[in-house]
Amino acid sequence: MTLHRRKVLKGIAASGASLAVLKAPYVQAQAGPMKVGFLTIKTGPLASGGLQMEQGLTVFLKERNNMIAGRQVELHTADTAANPAQARTKTQELVERLNVSVIIGPLAAFEALAIDDYIRSSQTPILTVAGAEDMTQRKANPWLVRASATSAQPSHPVADYAAKELKLKRVATIADDFAFGHECVAGFQRVFEDNGGKVVQKLFSPLNAPDYGTYIAQFKPDLDGIFTGHAGANGLKFIKQLREYGSKVQILGGFTPVDESLLQQMGPEALGAITGNWYSAQLDFPINQKFVAAIQADYKVDPGVYAAETYVSGEVLEAAAKAVGGKIEDKPAFMKALKETNLATSLRGPMKFDEFGNVVGNLYIRKVEKKGDKYVNAVVKTYPNVSQFWTYKQDEFLKNPVYSRDFPPAKNLEN
Amino acid sequence: MQGQFWIIQTLNSVAFGGLLFMLSSGFSLIFGLMRIPNLAHGGFFMLGAYLGYSLLIRGVNFWVAALLGGLAVGLLGVVIERFIIHPSNRILLAIGSFLDAVIFRPLGLRAFSGAWRGMIARFRGLAGNEQGQVLMTLGVSFIVADVCLLIWTGDPMTLPAPPALRRPLFIGGYSFPTYRLVVLGVALVAAACLYLLMERTRLGAMIRAGVDDREMARGCGIPVSRLFTIVFLLGATLAGIGGVLGGPILNAYPGLDTDMLPLALIVVILGGAGSLLGAFVGSFVVGFLYNFGIALVPDLAYFVLFLPMVLVLMFLPQGLFGRVQL
Repeated sequence: MTLHRRKVLKGIAASGASLAVLKAPYVQAQAGPMKVGFLTIKTGPLASGGLQMEQGLTVFLKERNNMIAGRQVELHTADTAANPAQARTKTQELVERLNVSVIIGPLAAFEALAIDDYIRSSQTPILTVAGAEDMTQRKANPWLVRASATSAQPSHPVADYAAKELKLKRVATIADDFAFGHECVAGFQRVFEDNGGKVVQKLFSPLNAPDYGTYIAQFKPDLDGIFTGHAGANGLKFIKQLREYGSKVQILGGFTPVDESLLQQMGPEALGAITGNWYSAQLDFPINQKFVAAIQADYKVDPGVYAAETYVSGEVLEAAAKAVGGKIEDKPAFMKALKETNLATSLRGPMKFDEFGNVVGNLYIRKVEKKGDKYVNAVVKTYPNVSQFWTYKQDEFLKNPVYSRDFPPAKNLEN
Repeated sequence: MQGQFWIIQTLNSVAFGGLLFMLSSGFSLIFGLMRIPNLAHGGFFMLGAYLGYSLLIRGVNFWVAALLGGLAVGLLGVVIERFIIHPSNRILLAIGSFLDAVIFRPLGLRAFSGAWRGMIARFRGLAGNEQGQVLMTLGVSFIVADVCLLIWTGDPMTLPAPPALRRPLFIGGYSFPTYRLVVLGVALVAAACLYLLMERTRLGAMIRAGVDDREMARGCGIPVSRLFTIVFLLGATLAGIGGVLGGPILNAYPGLDTDMLPLALIVVILGGAGSLLGAFVGSFVVGFLYNFGIALVPDLAYFVLFLPMVLVLMFLPQGLFGRVQL
């Protein structure tokens, strides 16, 4: 066959036209697979959480044979390497080059903040798992839903439990010296002190502190408990060292320090630690039992909060996609459906979203126990229907500054 | 409270200083002799911790694991020094001829074969290019970090301390982890051995000569490039042993390398490169600065190590006991 110039030109014109069609978002629906972007961390010091996020999402898609709402899912995974600039570049690549309709991730708050304005301007629905409070409060992003929790959301019930049920009076806090640690501790302090407790020491250690001996030696000998907001390997390091120094004090914590992924490494040191979380591998819902079995079979570990985050995000994505008949390319309608998601059952139990896109659902008080030869986070109490505002009135909550190192002010510090 | 504070913090400081000495003595010797900071040293420390973990969970005795882990890291150090930082033409030629014999000749690539041999014969690698060598060690550190991530995954691993040392020790009514004191003891023994090696043996004298004046040492017939390999072996082994010993305190986790490397740098800048005494004093100074600094002025936690470093660099650029003007 000879190639005629006119034919070629026609062909080019036609392909140009079809490209134009593809660019029009409302027409493209249901043509081909559903494109989902996934921002995670696969290299560097935060890779542990990022790899678990990937495990959770992989199990979710495998359970569904890679089909959501009757459509094939095309997953595009991008490694942000815990670098805000790279998170931004990768997001842009996902949206503009790979044409994804929705993004799951990223892991860390500083990454989520780095892409915040791009998410707004490109109007890409995003299911984030980062904790930064203001992303769903004073500076809420209309294109974002968070199915996990804010940094302090699980700290509130722990404080309530510590004050009312454990009847603790004097507690010291310690956390990594960055926004997540500050917010995590601030939420605990506020609720604990509003219920008659006192935070008598408040320490923040640099994220890369090599050794906690110097902090541990500062703790007063007559504390009722120590609240830790350390994340990742630091939680493991801190709790082990605390026990190494012979301290037997009650350990309290936000949702990171005794995560299932660290628990087997901690061993007896963590026994008895009380933490708040929206998830535990011990939850006895059928969905969770299946999930735990699948993760154990594929990866030989118990799922922790990072794996659960992406699974729950997947469930929300699926529910919303079904609500719009699979047409997730219609962004405004899909975003609306995401926010209106109201699941009677999910990996974490019943859940819905508030007007800011942050989750309202069960929070669990968990205690580290030994079950067989394994350490687990046994659920000792469930707080149903907990929002990011705890029991405070939304307007009043939002009038305060965002949780930080200095807010709420610590009035009971002793020296 | 006050008494406890001073006692415990002092113990903390010396114990941490001991661990730092294991890390930074080798770093200092390499720095002094080769004039380059080995940026893979944190990686060596982390690799030691991970290797120790793998040995320990297979039931190897703790001290044997420390030794094996250290030696394995030491051998890796030799390979890196010999093949990457100072590739010797003889070794490259051997590899080259081997490839030539099994690949190029049988395939009849005669022209290619000739070009290949010529290239190797002219190859100088990074010899004399100190910037290139530093960058190379940085590259090695990235590779070590990612290989560790691949093998041991990102989850932090705890190295179990020897069972007998796990219970806290009670000193005058205050408890202190026994294991840390043992680490301090090991570090002191290592320091004594290194002192004897450096001051009382011929090898030590050669190394000292190389640190003081490399060219003159060469002129006197000291095989300086062989010393490079020996010092790299020694430094990497010490870092590896330090990693295993530090494991029960610090755990093995991705990022341990970049947490430790700056500490080694500070120790060496304070103490002076190439000086064993400098590394020793520097380690304990940093141990005290870190522990007391953070406890007494918590708001300056990030600052407390780097301010002294800046001051030393400004007024005493050789460090306290430095033998080398950097």
